[in-house]
Amino acid sequence: MDSHAFERVIDGDKNLTQVTEDVFSPLEKRGTGRWWTAFLVAASALFLGLVAIGYQVYTGIGTWGLNRTVGWGFDITNFVFWVGIGHAGTLISAVLLLFRQKWRTSINRAAEAMTIFAVMCAGIFPLIHMGRPWLAHWVFPYPNPRGPLWVNWRSPLLWDVFAIGTYFTISALFWYVGLVPDLATARDRARGIRKRILSLFSLGWNGSARSWSRHEIACVLLAGLATPLVVSVHSVVSTDFATAVIPGWHATLFPPYFVIGAVFSGFAMVLTLMLIARKVMHFEDYITPRHIGAMCKILCFTGTIVGLAYMTEFFTAWYSAAPYEQFVFMNRAAGPMAWAFWIMVSCNVIAPQLLWFRKVRTSLAAVFVLALVINVGMWFERFVIIVTSLHRDFLPSAWSAYIPTSIEIATLIGSFGLFFTLFLLFCRFVPMIAAAEIKTVIRDRRASDDAPPAALPVGAAGVDERRAA
Amino acid sequence: MSRRIHVAHYTSEQRLLGAVKGCRDAGLHVLDVRSPYPIHGLDELVGIPRSRLPIACLVGGVTGLGLATWFQYWTSATDWPIDVGGKPFDSLPAFAPVAFEVTILLAGLATVFGLLFRTTRLRAEIPEDELRVTDDRFVLVAVRPDADVSDAALARLWIATEAVHTSEYVEDER
Repeated sequence: MDSHAFERVIDGDKNLTQVTEDVFSPLEKRGTGRWWTAFLVAASALFLGLVAIGYQVYTGIGTWGLNRTVGWGFDITNFVFWVGIGHAGTLISAVLLLFRQKWRTSINRAAEAMTIFAVMCAGIFPLIHMGRPWLAHWVFPYPNPRGPLWVNWRSPLLWDVFAIGTYFTISALFWYVGLVPDLATARDRARGIRKRILSLFSLGWNGSARSWSRHEIACVLLAGLATPLVVSVHSVVSTDFATAVIPGWHATLFPPYFVIGAVFSGFAMVLTLMLIARKVMHFEDYITPRHIGAMCKILCFTGTIVGLAYMTEFFTAWYSAAPYEQFVFMNRAAGPMAWAFWIMVSCNVIAPQLLWFRKVRTSLAAVFVLALVINVGMWFERFVIIVTSLHRDFLPSAWSAYIPTSIEIATLIGSFGLFFTLFLLFCRFVPMIAAAEIKTVIRDRRASDDAPPAALPVGAAGVDERRAA
Repeated sequence: MSRRIHVAHYTSEQRLLGAVKGCRDAGLHVLDVRSPYPIHGLDELVGIPRSRLPIACLVGGVTGLGLATWFQYWTSATDWPIDVGGKPFDSLPAFAPVAFEVTILLAGLATVFGLLFRTTRLRAEIPEDELRVTDDRFVLVAVRPDADVSDAALARLWIATEAVHTSEYVEDER
């Protein structure tokens, strides 16, 4: 990142008071019409998904379009898609913290929230895929009356349980620890029942230098833990595939390929959310075109690596001289599901190349469209990996097609409903911009504002001047 | 024995840092500083000892690593071995992912609980005149050891450091 681009993290030459006011006053007002419209749409999608899930749990997963050849379809595609979305949040909040990228302060809170919600969406799919979700606790190794029969530690599916569980816990803790000082600000501005609730969650934070010192160390430690964690999570998810002997899955390339794809898709989702949020919540001064531009560069870079990974897969298939491996990849690009493959390539490899042009990076409309295109492309990547590798296996008599049912599509829509419902509630009730962190980056520039104040007498109570105003 | 606590409010980080130095020069002991954001370099000035959170983190991590490795080995090789695809019961490399995840989980939990244990005062009441600390106000809390510093010198100090609000109270030492 060239340092000149980020001489200023936020626009508008704000002081501390203005930052507080900008971040916290939207939380204290009633929801706008636009917010309610978006919320009702998201909640309806969530309701549709709940109905679909209720139906398929009651009836059984025969309601899906899976068959004996294609045993994984929409459910695992959605699972991998949502887990991947989360990765950008951790990358922004943890990796960019370790690299001391100050521009992350504007977007890290929202990106981290996105991670938590995306992992929650991802969690739905393995659960319903079990078919009997009321026995989901069997995945945990606890002393049980069945032996005790322990779990199979050699299965990547079990590794997933631990990886996703740890990822969710650490992300949620990291997010909450970072949130405490801002909750305290909200508490100190509130009255009545709101104040009591916020007092509970802000843990008596009083801004003491001791608390700040510990808080900063804890954040750095958690960032240090989250960084290898984020790499491990999608690596573990990729072993769900890579440890199988299915051509198209059995590749050592998978862990890095999945991780970079996850970061790529996650940044596309962050951009989608941020471009909407800055308009709806009026955060144009905080999420500036410079932030958008920086994220576009990351998209361009990761998209190109994703393209390299696609090429490596084809090269390896050719170079392996294994007929099954070669068949799978020819079938992917030219078989009956080639349309999905070419959607994936055009959305993930070709479209992001437009981001080399500054004109595209600085056009918010173009970036928004590209981000949506990449979201679609990355969903198709998982669909292509899963379905095209399965639908024509070793025995031509077993070849089959896969057509999702309305129940599967409704469940996918429902997961988007859950994601946006949670995100909208977050925007409405939690400070979306890390105000305390923003204050650390603006103070450097505002040293000039240190001119003595206009004759404030010593002992004058300066406390209530804002509230009186 | 009781001691007199002096509280002074400032409107910027620079003024606050000036005041901390001013207090030390005048012979006051700075007990605490409260600010809307973390201020670097304050730890030495206020005399905050090095945090032991990294130790909590390390202990949590090592515990997690040991626990997860032992538990996986015990359940699959000792307590109830099951033949899965003819793989050895004590297949340690296969235990690495779960051992890693549990290491991170316990290290993170230890860090966060350590932090909560050290910094939270769940029933704390924030004094009415310090509500702006979480907004834009910087507060300095100092103690006057004995009557070394005269009231007049103190008043001069607050004026020189441009405090916008001052107060004092007597605290009974336990």
